[in-house]
Amino acid sequence: MTLQLNWSQAKTLFQRLGSVIGLLLLFIVLSVLSPDFLTTGNLLTVLRQVSINALIAFGMTFVILSGGIDLSVGAILAFTGAITASLMAAGHGMVLSVGAGLALGAVLGMVNGALVSWGRVAPFIATLGTVTLLRGLTLAYTQGSPIPVTNPGFAMLGGGYIANLIPLPVIWMAVAFILCGFLLRGTVFGRHVVAIGGNEEAARLSGVRISPMKLAIYGLSGLLSAFAGVVLTSRLYSAQATAGAGYELDAIAAVVLGGTSLAGGRGWLFGTLIGALLIGFLNNGLNLLGVSSFYQQVVKGIVILIAVLLDRRQ
Amino acid sequence: MATPLVSMHDIHKAFGPVKVLEGVDFELIAGEVHALMGENGAGKSTLMKILTGIYAPDSGTIQVDGKPVSITTPADAEKYGIAIIHQELNLIPALSVADNLFLGREIQRFGLLDRKAMVKKAMEWLAQVGMEKLDPDTLVERLSVGTQQMVEIARALGQNARVLIMDEPTAALTEHETTTLFKLIRALREKGTGIVYVSHRMEEIFALCDRISVLRDGKFVGTRPVPGLAFDEVVKMMVGRTLEARFPARTSTPGKVRLQVEHISGGMVKDVSFDLRSGEVLGVSGLLGAGRTELARLLFGLDKPSEGRVLLDGEVVTATNPNQAIHAGFGFLTEDRKAQGLVLDLSLRENVSLPRVPAHIGLVDRRGEKTQTRGLIEALKIRTRDMELNVSALSGGNQQKVVLAKWLALKPRVLILDEPTRGVDVGGKAEIYHIINQLAEQGVAILMISSELPEVLAMSDRILVMHEGHATALLEAHGATQETVMTAATGGH
Ligand SMILES: Nc1ncnc2c1ncn2[C@@H]1O[C@H](COP(=O)(O)OP(=O)(O)OP(=O)(O)O)[C@@H](O)[C@H]1O
Ligand SMILES: [Mg+2]
Repeated sequence: MTLQLNWSQAKTLFQRLGSVIGLLLLFIVLSVLSPDFLTTGNLLTVLRQVSINALIAFGMTFVILSGGIDLSVGAILAFTGAITASLMAAGHGMVLSVGAGLALGAVLGMVNGALVSWGRVAPFIATLGTVTLLRGLTLAYTQGSPIPVTNPGFAMLGGGYIANLIPLPVIWMAVAFILCGFLLRGTVFGRHVVAIGGNEEAARLSGVRISPMKLAIYGLSGLLSAFAGVVLTSRLYSAQATAGAGYELDAIAAVVLGGTSLAGGRGWLFGTLIGALLIGFLNNGLNLLGVSSFYQQVVKGIVILIAVLLDRRQ
Repeated sequence: MATPLVSMHDIHKAFGPVKVLEGVDFELIAGEVHALMGENGAGKSTLMKILTGIYAPDSGTIQVDGKPVSITTPADAEKYGIAIIHQELNLIPALSVADNLFLGREIQRFGLLDRKAMVKKAMEWLAQVGMEKLDPDTLVERLSVGTQQMVEIARALGQNARVLIMDEPTAALTEHETTTLFKLIRALREKGTGIVYVSHRMEEIFALCDRISVLRDGKFVGTRPVPGLAFDEVVKMMVGRTLEARFPARTSTPGKVRLQVEHISGGMVKDVSFDLRSGEVLGVSGLLGAGRTELARLLFGLDKPSEGRVLLDGEVVTATNPNQAIHAGFGFLTEDRKAQGLVLDLSLRENVSLPRVPAHIGLVDRRGEKTQTRGLIEALKIRTRDMELNVSALSGGNQQKVVLAKWLALKPRVLILDEPTRGVDVGGKAEIYHIINQLAEQGVAILMISSELPEVLAMSDRILVMHEGHATALLEAHGATQETVMTAATGGH
């Protein structure tokens, strides 16, 4: 690594640092306002809460970078969660059940990808369709009642701790961040994701196979949503048909707060992590300060709007 | 002398630490066509963007009719009667021709769009630029680049500008359209319009312009009247030295047949057959809409041929997408670099390696990628401080070299070049010709589509002439003349 930055890199870095500065400011303000904020327990709890959104948002980053959007993440989370839980309830082992849930998530994502690429449906519409479909299927499958999980090993996935301190979901988040970051920056796949978002036609003419790429991109998003579903189901000891409602908006907000352009072709994964943390700490801070949940929504909305406005000014 | 229409004095402009303009003076008088020349990256487009309020100068003054003015937005420029046709196309593909012509100044009646009036006006404007056959309701995305350029020109003319800036307007035009445009420019000059004409085509400059101003490396070199001015002197002002031959001699001798195209049809293209040998440059000439680009698209797997077949080194190729065509050994430099050639938000390095990222089992080999890019930057003499710079910050000519670099990295067996020197300066053109020669020496078979006849005549071994989708002639370049090519291109015999 060289420390020498050229002008355009320096400019991008400065623009990107906005979200980091925002997070630091929030941190300082909350530390001053609430004595309960800056405690190891509280911080780790927030990290645990953030992890679900972060996992989904990492996948969403790939989708948005490629110029698409995925509204079906919450629905995939609920459906795969229900399937995983019911497989275990039927007496199958944890490895098989979780594996099946993750595979199903990837396949459902690829269905989105197929609709978008071969079906030529706009991503917004295609994934909106899948949401309705999957929500319906999940309700029909569970008959609207939660599916309890009793497998103790499984319960560890979302509820366990390392060294009695760090929640396992935080570890999953860190691992997923490193893997996805490497996928994005270090592999040909990642390069092609950004190229497609930047100029799909130029990418196609350069020999990038757009359709398989989109299958993989939405598949990755589905896989990570399913993984988030597994973690959530484990933590709640049950799968709920309505789980993950509205998660797509939190994930999109994290990506956008992190400075990734909704138009595609420009962005970074670290920003998404920061974005997810910002949302998490904001929620936590407002709770600690006793702000009613109605106003919490309002504040969150305002923060997102400000971030987007600042981003537009470049 | 009369008060100049526009005079710019001591203009400075830097992007970050990069000084792009350093003390430039420029003056335009009414009723003249004033050429602005300079190498790629000299700062011509930047100077004109300052005059039209797209960029703000760091210092310097602008006067219109002798009065100091401040032009900070494109609307200001319009107010002073200054219109520009940009180097890169700026139409909205999903809107119709009429919608584009009136974008931002729609005709309204009772607060509603008056489509009828706009279509009627649009037809008038199009007729002015010799495009009366174009239906104003056509979507822009269906038009060829050349036609789009004519639409842009019609739009600028519709503003009744007193100052009209044309930044390489003919780069996408064929001879015929160019002739129409020149007639138009001369008529405007008669009416007293001041015209700034940016171009890298020497013939045009000498045929059309009254004065020439030259920029070199962001500095003002001088202004000269065209009558009595020698070609070599202009080149010397631009590059600071005299240049060897404009067209280097062809060096390779064609070898065995590499590409056989047999009775291929599809879309515009009707029953075209030809052979292309390794080490041969086959020029493709023709008017707008002759089907030249369509032919290239068929070969590259972008469109599906309805009939005929293609053989590469004796084997039938059936590429149904660019990826397969590339693997078969094709490379295709497209004519529209902004829409099809480059990912503007990516760096030079990332663009160059897009067709094939140096990698081991899917992992990017950063060092290999940098070495490859550095080699290509040197080979093509791309002017940039840094390979990490976004390609959007490069000058037009340097962007074109980046697109070429992309394909060189792939070492194709057949390279299709669609307008390879569009927007490239004299020196850069010579460099690209050298590279074409080198590639041919290495045995690459080159299909070179070009609207610049001197280029086709000088750089090809043979010339395929197309007219309305048919191949009307296959000439030996040696002995061919502008006239023989044009006759075949217009369908005469
Ligand atoms: N937005 C920008 N940011 C950074 N550098 C820029 C920007 N726009 C232009 N430049 C740089 O300014 C220089 C002059 O560019 P300009 O486009 O004016 O050249 P030009 O004379 O029009 O060249 P060409 O003949 O290739 O069109 C180039 O080196 C280019 O890289
Ligand atoms: Mg220019």
